[in-house]
Amino acid sequence: MTAAAVGVPRQQTGVVVEQVVRTFGERTVLDHLDLTIDDEELVVLLGPSGCGKSTLLRLLAGLDRPDGGRIEVPVNRAIVFQGDRLLPWQRVLRNVTLGLRGPDADQRARKALTDVHLSDRESAWPKQLSGGEAQRVALARALVSEPELILLDEPFAALDAITRVRMHELVRELRRAHHASMLLVTHDVDEAIALADRIVIMNSGRIGNAHRVELSARDREASIAREELRLALLAELGLANPH
Amino acid sequence: MTDISLAPRPVDSEFASATQGAARSREVFLPANSRRPTALASVWRRLHWPLGIYTTPVLILVVWEVAGLTGILPPMYAPTPTDIAATAVQLWNDGVLGPDLAISLQRAGLGLALGLSVGIVTGVLGGFLRRGEYLFNGLAQILNTIPLLAVLPLMIVWFGIDELTKVLLIAFGAGVPMYLNLFAAIRGVDHRLIEMARTTGAGRSRIVTWVLLPGALPGFLVGLRFSLAYSVLGLVAAETVNANQGLGFLVTQAQTYLQTNQVFVGLVIYSILGLLADQVVRILERVLLRWRPSYEAT
Repeated sequence: MTAAAVGVPRQQTGVVVEQVVRTFGERTVLDHLDLTIDDEELVVLLGPSGCGKSTLLRLLAGLDRPDGGRIEVPVNRAIVFQGDRLLPWQRVLRNVTLGLRGPDADQRARKALTDVHLSDRESAWPKQLSGGEAQRVALARALVSEPELILLDEPFAALDAITRVRMHELVRELRRAHHASMLLVTHDVDEAIALADRIVIMNSGRIGNAHRVELSARDREASIAREELRLALLAELGLANPH
Repeated sequence: MTDISLAPRPVDSEFASATQGAARSREVFLPANSRRPTALASVWRRLHWPLGIYTTPVLILVVWEVAGLTGILPPMYAPTPTDIAATAVQLWNDGVLGPDLAISLQRAGLGLALGLSVGIVTGVLGGFLRRGEYLFNGLAQILNTIPLLAVLPLMIVWFGIDELTKVLLIAFGAGVPMYLNLFAAIRGVDHRLIEMARTTGAGRSRIVTWVLLPGALPGFLVGLRFSLAYSVLGLVAAETVNANQGLGFLVTQAQTYLQTNQVFVGLVIYSILGLLADQVVRILERVLLRWRPSYEAT
């Protein structure tokens, strides 16, 4: 391959990661990693703390550059971080319009806030929101630009269990209205099963096994197939004894 | 090992009674207004800090007045507050205080405007640009270590004893703390918020106006507080040297003729200027930092 061809996109949609290497000093965090995400697919990246999940996500976001390999992502992409990262000095509506230009910005932001069921909180200050509400505003801020790729970096990890389940419902609902590829990084096996089209396990800087999840919403909550998947995932994460 | 095993073990009954004692002390929380306020309590509440933060100053004034009237404090050392007030009114009526105050305020205003402009422009450049940091930061750190009063003789040599020296001294006092605080405030804005703003596709100018400047505002107000305080300090220092108008001149002249009450009038006005400056910053904080719920001490 010539040097010029490396920078040219090969695919129209989705994400392509090829042989990506990222090192911090002596430590190789990503070791010739490959991953593709199809159009409108939700891939969950599951792995223990410190396995390089967040590093990969930051590379896809363009917040960091790889030391080797090739990454291809849509230009129009958005991230939801673990913390809400709202600007405390802007009201909720202004936080959503942060990246927007044009006269219809407010209108689009209001629609995004309605999508996350927060239309009545647009003039609140971020410090007045609960953790779940703040994270929903962060979701609205990501959705408002109608991105082709949404990267979610453990977005619900800091929320309580009940709020987290509600957020999972919300994500499913949002997927019906917004058509985007999604990569969700988590260490929560149940969250992975609840949301994923495909679960990929990450270990020591590489992608291990992939599991395509084709269960109905009810089967994802309770079914024999779900339990089998859960045990398989736990085993691959090195937590073989589930009890 | 043996030492430990030989040590007497705590007696079980003693231990049990201790935990029981701890369990017995309990706290009960009720709505704050559930207890009917007694007449004594409501009177106490009304008398309790009736003047807010000015309680202590007023108390000192009252004690001072009494001490002056009973002759404990000779008027030569400290005339009574009422005497000082009367002197102020008299000086005003004589047409001395008004012009002196006006010329002092003019100096402070000019110096502040100059110092704040330079401080803000260099602070913003230093905060946003690496080149700005290299240009201004070292100089500002050096200037910061030089006491205001020590620059005065040099300024007199350079700029004479006219208005220019006085204005520049006040500007120096106001500009350096503004630069330092603004620089630190801009550099201290949470980088995670800047990173987030970049990922939303916000342009450079929007990141500056929506993220960096509002994020630096608390630090800017700290800088403003210092600038105002130092400008009053610079004003005093500048005016006590070779002035023939202004508050400082009034004080120096009164000192020469041992008119202590007039000296006090000057001091009181300086302190009022300081208080006013503080109030201005407080109001700015309340308006500009509405988003920040602050700690309210009980």
